[in-house]
Amino acid sequence: MVELEINGVERRIDMPPDTPLLWAIRDGLHLAGTKFGCGMGLCGACTVHLDGQPIRSCITPLSTAAGHRITTIEGLGHGSDIATLHPAQQAWIEGSVAQCGYCQSGQIMSAAALLDSNPDPSDDDIDRALSGNLCRCGTYPRIRAAVRRAAELKRRGERVVQTWDPNVAVAPLGGLPA
Amino acid sequence: MSSSAQGPVLDRRSFLKTSAVAGGGLVLGVHLTGCASSPPIAGEGSLSPDAWLQITPDDRVIFQLDKTEMGQGVITSLPTLVGEELELDPSRIHIHLAPVHSRFQDPIQVTGGSTSIASRWIPVRETGAAAREMLRSAAAEQWSVPGSEIEVRDGIVSHGGSGRSARYGELAEAASRQPVPSNPPLKAAADFRWIGHSVPRTDRVSKSTGTAVFGMDVGLNGAALPGLVTAVVIRSPRFGAVLESFDGHAAREQPGVIGVFQISSGVAVLAEGYWPARKAAEQVTTRWSEGPLAGVDSDAIEAEQRRLLDENSGRSVRNDGNFAQAAEAARTVIEAEYVVPHLAHATMEPMNCTAWVRNGECDVWVPTQGPDIVQAVAAETAKLSRKQVRVHSTLMGGGFGRRGIPDYAAEAVEVSRLAGRPVKVVWSREDDMRHDFYRPATCNRLRATIDTEGEVSGWEHRLVGPSIISNLVPDFLGALLPGWVPGRLTNVLGRAGGAVIRGRDSSSVEGAADLPYAIANVRVESLVHDPGVPIGFWRAVGHSQNAFVVESFVDEVAHAAGEDPLAFREQRLADHPRHLATLRLAAEKADWGSPAPGRSQGVAVHESFGSVVTEIAEVSVTNGRIRVHRVVCALDCGLVVNPDIVRAQMEGGIIFGLTAALKSRVTLENGGIKQSNFHDYELLRMDESPAIEVYFVERDAPPSGVGEPGTPPIAPAVANAVFAATGQRLRRMPFILEHT
Repeated sequence: MVELEINGVERRIDMPPDTPLLWAIRDGLHLAGTKFGCGMGLCGACTVHLDGQPIRSCITPLSTAAGHRITTIEGLGHGSDIATLHPAQQAWIEGSVAQCGYCQSGQIMSAAALLDSNPDPSDDDIDRALSGNLCRCGTYPRIRAAVRRAAELKRRGERVVQTWDPNVAVAPLGGLPA
Repeated sequence: MSSSAQGPVLDRRSFLKTSAVAGGGLVLGVHLTGCASSPPIAGEGSLSPDAWLQITPDDRVIFQLDKTEMGQGVITSLPTLVGEELELDPSRIHIHLAPVHSRFQDPIQVTGGSTSIASRWIPVRETGAAAREMLRSAAAEQWSVPGSEIEVRDGIVSHGGSGRSARYGELAEAASRQPVPSNPPLKAAADFRWIGHSVPRTDRVSKSTGTAVFGMDVGLNGAALPGLVTAVVIRSPRFGAVLESFDGHAAREQPGVIGVFQISSGVAVLAEGYWPARKAAEQVTTRWSEGPLAGVDSDAIEAEQRRLLDENSGRSVRNDGNFAQAAEAARTVIEAEYVVPHLAHATMEPMNCTAWVRNGECDVWVPTQGPDIVQAVAAETAKLSRKQVRVHSTLMGGGFGRRGIPDYAAEAVEVSRLAGRPVKVVWSREDDMRHDFYRPATCNRLRATIDTEGEVSGWEHRLVGPSIISNLVPDFLGALLPGWVPGRLTNVLGRAGGAVIRGRDSSSVEGAADLPYAIANVRVESLVHDPGVPIGFWRAVGHSQNAFVVESFVDEVAHAAGEDPLAFREQRLADHPRHLATLRLAAEKADWGSPAPGRSQGVAVHESFGSVVTEIAEVSVTNGRIRVHRVVCALDCGLVVNPDIVRAQMEGGIIFGLTAALKSRVTLENGGIKQSNFHDYELLRMDESPAIEVYFVERDAPPSGVGEPGTPPIAPAVANAVFAATGQRLRRMPFILEHT
């Protein structure tokens, strides 16, 4: 049994301590926003924060995370209103960054950590902080722009004004027995 | 294509008739259809002029997204088409990922070939227009006023004279009893409110908050699937090797392990979650036959390709004039050999599929480009009829052609059938890299002739590689779907062959046989050599490599003729106005001829999937390292339905092509793939990504493809820029510079 704090909540996870944090988060806690991409810390899709620092959860054993504060994409913002999301998420939405979207949780987690340590990153800073996050769809130019925009939002304490209607969304996955 | 194999392709009127018969007035919700062939209709009293659209009495407007979403944006752009004609903001439309349905098969329900918007441009708009006119007729009848005085707009049907109005949903039932107009009037382009504007992506929030449901997330995000377990599969180390024996005793003792058993593709390890399954799999020992490719490596394949080019002439796919005579009379003959390697798709989401086979039925939750290919393969694997298989498409974490092949779905269905419970099969990155269907490796020999007047008189392109269609059809398509013939499949998947080689596999020569330049004597020959490496469709398919070969060699010829590469192209594309327009627009925006200090420019233009794209790359080379700083892209894709999404597709297509140009190569070693993960199959990274500018040639023609056409021109544009910078000609991908 391993105890850790995930997204502000104390959780006990009954998995062997050598289980990678990624699989504890996904299969153990059913938080699916953190993605499996490579299993070797090479692509960044599994990026989460451990005590505010970005880590690759696919190569971080549960035992290392024990007793620490973990934040996943689900815990980065709050609620269903865009105004309560993290500035990085707001900038991502505003800039329509995502294509397939699979890598974007990890990209956003890396960006959020960068902004915590560097409120006004240069393009080089952004490149350095995010070059470990791969994107096969090639959204890099938009990610770069969105990080700059997120930094601006965060510095100014502003929010993205949006036209998103939260009542309309893509239907949840169908086909499950009633 | 026989109609018995697939069911007839319905038009809108027969769709409605069939719906009435099948549903008997009581129709079923799309998520819980009792029968896979039931039309996807939302409920009693709904207005559904065609399978794409339902308007329910409780005022929901539902769009059935029959094309699957892999990042290319159909989840936004197709609802835009219906919303435009329905006079309803696309953001108010609910989107359902559609089941397999005959109306969506044309003749197969597949997403590929950059065809989604082009193929739906008329029928989906007509669906929205039909609903609009049926609402109008219903209101006219109820209110006893002329239809021409009724306005249908923004969810409200209204009559100014009487002040009466009703919501779309309130009129849905009455409208559903109106006749379906056969040719509903479509809006004029000048009246478009959303088409041509950058309607925000409908998936941008879910993909920025971790709530979007990919195949990998089935059973985790959203509804649970009781008893779902995870399986990993140990597959052959060499293509075609057969499992001779295995020992799963130690694995079965591992915690969380449910079962270890043989399946068609290897040994399946079932456990309570991915990690226990993966760890237990390490305890399984396997013995494999040598297989047909034992001892074969990439160098041997390339050597064999060279031998074939040395000793054989190929099938002629184009023969204008007389190249041999042009060569004899030439003042100068330029020759070059171009080689491209096998490439993996490397979608960020590894292959995965969830299946549940039970009591004569089967559900498959799958990130796929071909729901009905999955249905056919699942039925075969589960020993059921296709009607007993329900396919639930999920979002895809990338596709690029890989997810049109149903091997991973067949695997999940087989494991579930044997295990008797719902199973999610998850591939590791290594599985994904080593069991892909690769972009073919080809070898190309080119000759061009310059006559005594100094004019380019001849062009010869001889290439050798495998045939994707012949490679795939026996495994997945031919046996299961006897109605398919390769030629039909070729057309369905949007290959450009058309007039040139209809009925054959044009994918290997597309972009080569259709050389657009005004050259009197052109000979293009294709040799087929299939070494047995699994191959498939990879973003832009044949264009992805042939554009590199052709546009690089055009550059060589331009330099040999002493002409500016841009002027050379313009002069010989005088009767190709779309090529010319994109060339000129790109040249203007990139300030052709005046690159930034320390940088060099290269240009390439290529037509694919109905669109023409010019790209100009600005590069610098320092210490043998190529740095791409800026790419200017100009395209003609007809009417631009969503400028922001098209821009994103160009950006992504360029970076995808840059990865191939600068980074990627899959090599065969002793019959298996050597690379395994992103350390030895590298993708372009953020710090290597250029600034990209995208410009449109404004045109009112119907929309053509955008998902793939951005990829082909970038490799030659960069290679040509590197030549301008260094004098080195790059004739092999990925590019490696001799140290200067």
